[in-house]
Amino acid sequence: MKLRLILAVWACKLGIIASRLLGKKGTSMPGQIAFKICPDVLKLLSAQVKKDIVVVCGTNGKTTTNNMLSAFVKSKGKTVVCNALGANMIWGVCCAFAERSNLFGKLKADYACLEVDEASCLKVFRHVKPTLVAITNLFQDQLDRYGEVSLTADLIKRALELAPEASLLLNGDDPLVAQFGENTQRTCYYMGVCASENQEEIEGASQFCPLCGKTLHYDYRHYGQLGKFSCAGCGFARKDPDFRVFDVNTENGLSFSLKHGESVKQFAVQYRGFYNIYNIVLSYAASVLALGEEPDHQAVLAAYQPQIGRMEEFFIPKKVILNLAKNPAGFNQAITTVVDDKAEKDLLLALNDHESDGMDISWLWDVAFEKLMETPVRKLVLTGIRADELSLRLKYAGFPEERQEVYHDLKQAAQALVSGDGDVAYALVNYTVVFPMQAILKEMEGEQNHGA
Amino acid sequence: MEPKKIVIGHLFPDLLNMYSDAGNIKALQMRLLWRGIEAEVRSFYADDEIDISGVDILFVGGGSDREQRRVLDKLLPLREKLLSYVEAGGVMLAVCGAYPMVGKTCVLSGETVEGLGLVNIYSTAGEKRVIGNVVIESSVTGESMTIVGFENHSSMTHLEDNTPLGRLLCGHGNNDADDSCGIVYKNLIGTYLHGPLLPKNPKLTDYLITKALQKKYGEEVTLAPFCDKAEETAHAYAVKRFVK
Repeated sequence: MKLRLILAVWACKLGIIASRLLGKKGTSMPGQIAFKICPDVLKLLSAQVKKDIVVVCGTNGKTTTNNMLSAFVKSKGKTVVCNALGANMIWGVCCAFAERSNLFGKLKADYACLEVDEASCLKVFRHVKPTLVAITNLFQDQLDRYGEVSLTADLIKRALELAPEASLLLNGDDPLVAQFGENTQRTCYYMGVCASENQEEIEGASQFCPLCGKTLHYDYRHYGQLGKFSCAGCGFARKDPDFRVFDVNTENGLSFSLKHGESVKQFAVQYRGFYNIYNIVLSYAASVLALGEEPDHQAVLAAYQPQIGRMEEFFIPKKVILNLAKNPAGFNQAITTVVDDKAEKDLLLALNDHESDGMDISWLWDVAFEKLMETPVRKLVLTGIRADELSLRLKYAGFPEERQEVYHDLKQAAQALVSGDGDVAYALVNYTVVFPMQAILKEMEGEQNHGA
Repeated sequence: MEPKKIVIGHLFPDLLNMYSDAGNIKALQMRLLWRGIEAEVRSFYADDEIDISGVDILFVGGGSDREQRRVLDKLLPLREKLLSYVEAGGVMLAVCGAYPMVGKTCVLSGETVEGLGLVNIYSTAGEKRVIGNVVIESSVTGESMTIVGFENHSSMTHLEDNTPLGRLLCGHGNNDADDSCGIVYKNLIGTYLHGPLLPKNPKLTDYLITKALQKKYGEEVTLAPFCDKAEETAHAYAVKRFVK
């Protein structure tokens, strides 16, 4: 057994090196080979984690939350296994462990912080026994891959049955997530964002109780189905949060206060996007629960490097902001962020329909592109494999063909964006566009610095 | 002269909201407005009394099994009204999950149940879920044209002697066995195709609008044409890429 484990670790390590040499991210194939050699590789490696294994799952914000969590834990001098590149299926998780172990299959890690795809939880939890599972949110995403959102919830429930010892850290504002805390004996912690005084009234689509099916009542909503909800049918309601966010200000970056027990902390970061409050607080809360002490959150957040394409900034020479938007909830949040920025702007939207993007692009019609009419958009550039579909959608949102520029080539599209005369430029792109677009913008930024 | 007006009845946008059916409503609405015809959207929600009188185009879309169950329970008592609406030539579009519901039987959570029976078709549980892009050839408007969309369904629909909306050029269609896709009966159109269906198929959208105007105002209608470049480009792309 020991020999098999060692061989599996070697194979995995070699595979990672080989595929990186070939310029790939290299997380799927090496993991598969390791499993072939030693089916228990993940079980044996993860069992060596000294303290806690924290798993982050949910539709949006997994990568950011998990990477921030890992940064919080590391800031206390702990060693951490983390699948930082967002390889969140079982093979990617396996690679993260193999990479961290030595050539004798020995793992030296105090903690594991793992981002796991909702559909992969069931597989992963057969091998890895988490001590804490943090769930960010559940939104409709890629119907052709995941099916309806209640099926995703069922998958997570079944996976949790394999981890009866795990505590839960839940986004208590999301009824679809808070439901995991009902009818269970396990320890559950909730985070929630309280309404600020000047918060706009958000009219959301009706949301139905995940437990009894009745229409939920909301005292207030932040976005999507997130807010202070209650069900008159069965009494299911938002819990008083253990990690309570208040005094939210989104005007210049993000600032808010967080109360946990007797402790009240101030948070302020430069990046935008209301959804980032959830990412920050969930990761901070998970680290507090896992470490048993509070990390210096401001120092960690100030040093934190966002992932590729998460409100990533380039200067070419004006500011270009690249952001991943891969489902209606993510896109609507990105649009809100664009609209909240009062500057005149140029805007690029990109849509691919590869398998990992989801081949069904109907969801574009669930994105409120109409909201873009509220902000001065100087130039609108559309690109990606399904640029024509974006063009059609934006026509019906109030941007007729004459106001659009459509490019099937990403580089041409990026150049058109940068040559616009807005004060700032935004590029909102879906999953398989984010990496090539990031490379293009980076290159353009480099050329410009070189020329200057 | 009073400006013309069409009332679009949208059944249960809150329950049936899985496949971006808002796009179908938007296409109808904008294509009416762009021609100077007033468009009123009447949305009927889960807890509303449903009164379809005055509706010129009735739309019902797709949702999860649980929500479709609720929809069917709400609609079964209205069966007679819906039937006379359809028999009198009322325009109705049933898309995705709503399509099998207009037939004699449909499948919800694996169980075959009684449908609305507005048309003489029936659906049974399929062996596997069929998912993917679809292109069909249709002559519903009197001229041959293609219709493009996306399907994601596990129930299989059998037409008996009814007229299909079109014949498959690619995809699985009604039942993955014959090459039929959708149904046309009087001015009722049913199909598994979402995508959403109407924005990318402007000829079909205009056909529904024309039928509704004719029914309401009792005269021959020719819709004013306008630039459909974005619609035609998106449509042509799907035909070119998915028909092998």
